[in-house]
Amino acid sequence: MSILIKNGKIIDGNEFNADVYIENGRINKVGENLNVIADEVIDARGKFILPGLVDMHCHLREPGFENKETIASGSYAAVCGGYTSIACMPNTNPVIDSPAMARYVAMRGREADYARVYPIGCITKGQKGEELAEMGKMKEAGIVAVSDDGRPVMNSGIMRNALEYAKTLNILIVDHAEDSTVSGDGVVNEGVNATIAGLRGINRAAEEIGTARDIVLAESLDARLHVCHVSTAGSVQLIREAKARGVKVTCETCPHYFSATDEEILSYNTNAKINPPLREPSDVEAIIEGLKDGTIDVIATDHAPHTMGEKNREFDLAPFGSVGLETALSVAYTYLVETGDIDMVSLVSLMSQTPAKLLGLPVVRVKPGMMADLVVFDPDAEWTVKASELKSKGKNCVFDGWHLKGKVQNTVVGGVIKY
Amino acid sequence: MLRKKDLLGLKDLTAEEIEYVLDHAVEMKEALLSRQTLDNLRGKCVSTLFYENSTRTQNSFLTAAESLGARTLTINVATSSVKKGESLVDTGKTLDALMTDVIVIRHSMAGAPQLLAKHVKSAVINAGDGMNEHPTQSLLDLFTMREKFGTLKDLKVVLVGDIKHSRVARSNLWALGKLGAETVVVAPHTLLPKGVEELGCEVSTDVESAIAGANVVMGLRLQLERQKAGLFPSTSEYAELFAITRDKLESACPGAIVMHPGPVNRGIEIGSGLVDGASSVIEEQVTNGVAVRMAVMDILVGGNA
Repeated sequence: MSILIKNGKIIDGNEFNADVYIENGRINKVGENLNVIADEVIDARGKFILPGLVDMHCHLREPGFENKETIASGSYAAVCGGYTSIACMPNTNPVIDSPAMARYVAMRGREADYARVYPIGCITKGQKGEELAEMGKMKEAGIVAVSDDGRPVMNSGIMRNALEYAKTLNILIVDHAEDSTVSGDGVVNEGVNATIAGLRGINRAAEEIGTARDIVLAESLDARLHVCHVSTAGSVQLIREAKARGVKVTCETCPHYFSATDEEILSYNTNAKINPPLREPSDVEAIIEGLKDGTIDVIATDHAPHTMGEKNREFDLAPFGSVGLETALSVAYTYLVETGDIDMVSLVSLMSQTPAKLLGLPVVRVKPGMMADLVVFDPDAEWTVKASELKSKGKNCVFDGWHLKGKVQNTVVGGVIKY
Repeated sequence: MLRKKDLLGLKDLTAEEIEYVLDHAVEMKEALLSRQTLDNLRGKCVSTLFYENSTRTQNSFLTAAESLGARTLTINVATSSVKKGESLVDTGKTLDALMTDVIVIRHSMAGAPQLLAKHVKSAVINAGDGMNEHPTQSLLDLFTMREKFGTLKDLKVVLVGDIKHSRVARSNLWALGKLGAETVVVAPHTLLPKGVEELGCEVSTDVESAIAGANVVMGLRLQLERQKAGLFPSTSEYAELFAITRDKLESACPGAIVMHPGPVNRGIEIGSGLVDGASSVIEEQVTNGVAVRMAVMDILVGGNA
C-alpha cells in the first residue's frame, strides 16, 4: 500500500510546499515534484498537510455506556476530525482502574482500527478518591496517563500521595481541578447570564481553588502535573505564575472555551451544559492570551457524547458535556488562526506534537522514516455543523449550526486512509 | 396584542404586551367579582401539571379556567406516570393527545416550560420554573400596583428577601423595568444573584435606607432550608436585619403598600402586624391573581380578546 499526497503545504515546525510519499505505513519521501507511482494519489493543492492530531482528553464511554458511544464509533469520529491518536478517560463502567480493563480498551481500539486508542487509567480505585489505583501495573498494560476526570480528587492528602507516587513511575497525572464543595449543585457559570436564566451558578473559584491546590502540591513535590480543561482567566494566571516559578505544570483548554460563552445557556440549550461551564467574554480573551503566550500547552476536545434522551430534558437533569472530535480543528482554525491569534505551526504543536510528548507517544513529524499519521486539511472549505450528521453516536454538539472555516479532507493512520 | 403561543416569562414581552394583558384583566376582574361564569373558554381544556406543590397557584389557575367555562384536568405528578420515570416531553405529548388546549406548568427547574413548549401544540403557561420566572405572579403584582397608583411609571418598588432564588423577583424586575418603575433589591450578599444590577435595579443590603421614598415594599418568601445551606446564620438574625416592619416602613411614601406573593413566614419576612395592617394588599393580590390568569388564558386560547 502506497499513497502520494501531492502539492500540499506541509505544516511542521515551519511551512513549506512538498509532496509526501507513503509506503508500508511510513513516510518514505518528502520533496517537491516527487516522481513516484502510488496506489492512491491525494491531490492536496491549496491544502495543508499536518501531522495527525492527538487528543489527550476524550470520553469513549465503552465499556458500560455503549448507547452514548463505543470505542469504534468514537475512534471513527476521531479520524473524521483529523485525530490519529486519542487518549480516552477512564470514567466508564466499570472504570479503568486495573490492568485488565486498560488492556481491554486498547484491544477494542485495535479491533476498531480507526484512530490509535490509548487508555488513561484512574488515579484512585473506582474513582472514589480514597485509595491509589495500580498505576504501575496499568502502565505496563498501556495507559498513557492517570486521571479521575469527571470527579475531582477532593482529598488533598490522597492527591498529594498520587502526585508523589506517580513521580516514581513517571506517570502523568491529568487532573480535573475542581473544588466540588464550591461548585455544589451548580449547572452553569455563576454570572449575569445564570442570573438571567435562573440557573444555579458554579463559581469560578471552584476551578481555581482546584488548580491552585494542585499547583501547590506539585510544586512542593517537584512532581509533574497536567491540568485539564482550563476555562477561567484566573486559572490561566495561576498556571502562568506557576510556570514562571519553574513548577512542572502543563495544561489544556478545549475549543469551546475559546469560542463560546455562557450566553449559549440563555435558551436552555443543554448541549451548552458543560463542566467546567462556558464562561464569560473576558475568560475567552484570557484563554486565547494563554494559548498565545504558551501558558496553555494543549488543545484537547473533552469529547463527551450523550444520548438525545439524556440531553432532551430539563437543563438541571441533562448530563454535562458536548461532543467535539469532529469539530475541534475547524473551530480552532476559525477562532484562532483566521483571527490571526495563532499560526498554523503553533496550532499543530497545540493539537498534535505537545500532547503526544506529554503522553509519551511518538511525536509525528512530516519526515522520511516517521510513521505516516497525517491529515489533509482544506483551509478554504466552509461548512455548517449539523449535529445529526456527525459520525459520533453523540449528537450533543454545542457547535450545532455554527458556520466554520476549514475542514479535514483526509486522515491517514499508519499509512492507511481512514477518512 | 400578544401574538404568542405560550406565556413563558416576562423577560421576552414588550411593555405594550404586558399592558395589554393588564388591561384585559380589568374586565376579567369585573366578571369575577360579579361571580359570572364566562364562556370564553367553553369546550377548551386547561391542564395543570405541577412538579412542585403549590395549592395556592394551582387553585388560582383552576378557578380562573372554570370562570372562563373551561374543562380542567389536574395531573397529580406524585401519582402519575411521571413517578414511573416518564419524561417531561413525553408527558406533554400525552396531554396534547388528551386534547388539552392549555398546559399550566410549575417546575422546580428553570427552563422546563421552554422545553415543554417546544414539544407540544398546547399553549404553555409558566406557573413558576425554578429560579427563572413566575410571570402570572408578576402580572398580578403589576395589576395590584396599577390599581392602587394608576400607573407603574416612576413608582419606587423595593423587593426585600431571597432575590437569588426568587423567580417572583426576576419576573418583577423584568416587567417593572419595561414599564418604567424604579426598582431596588435588598438582601444579604449571599441571597443576591451575581450581576443582578444588570437587570436594571439598584442593589442594597440595608432595608431601612432602601425603603425611603418607596411606593411599594414587597417581601419575598425565604425558604428555611437556605439557612442549612449556610446562606444566613439564623432566621432570628435574618428577621432582625431584613424583616419589613412598621418601624422600617416609616420612611416610605405616604400610602405605600406592602405586598408578598405568599405564603408568608410571619415575623421573618414581614412583621406580623403589618401583614394584616392597612397598608397590606396581600389578600387583594390573591383575587387579582385569578383575574390576570383569566386574562392570560383568554388571550392565548380564548380568541375573544
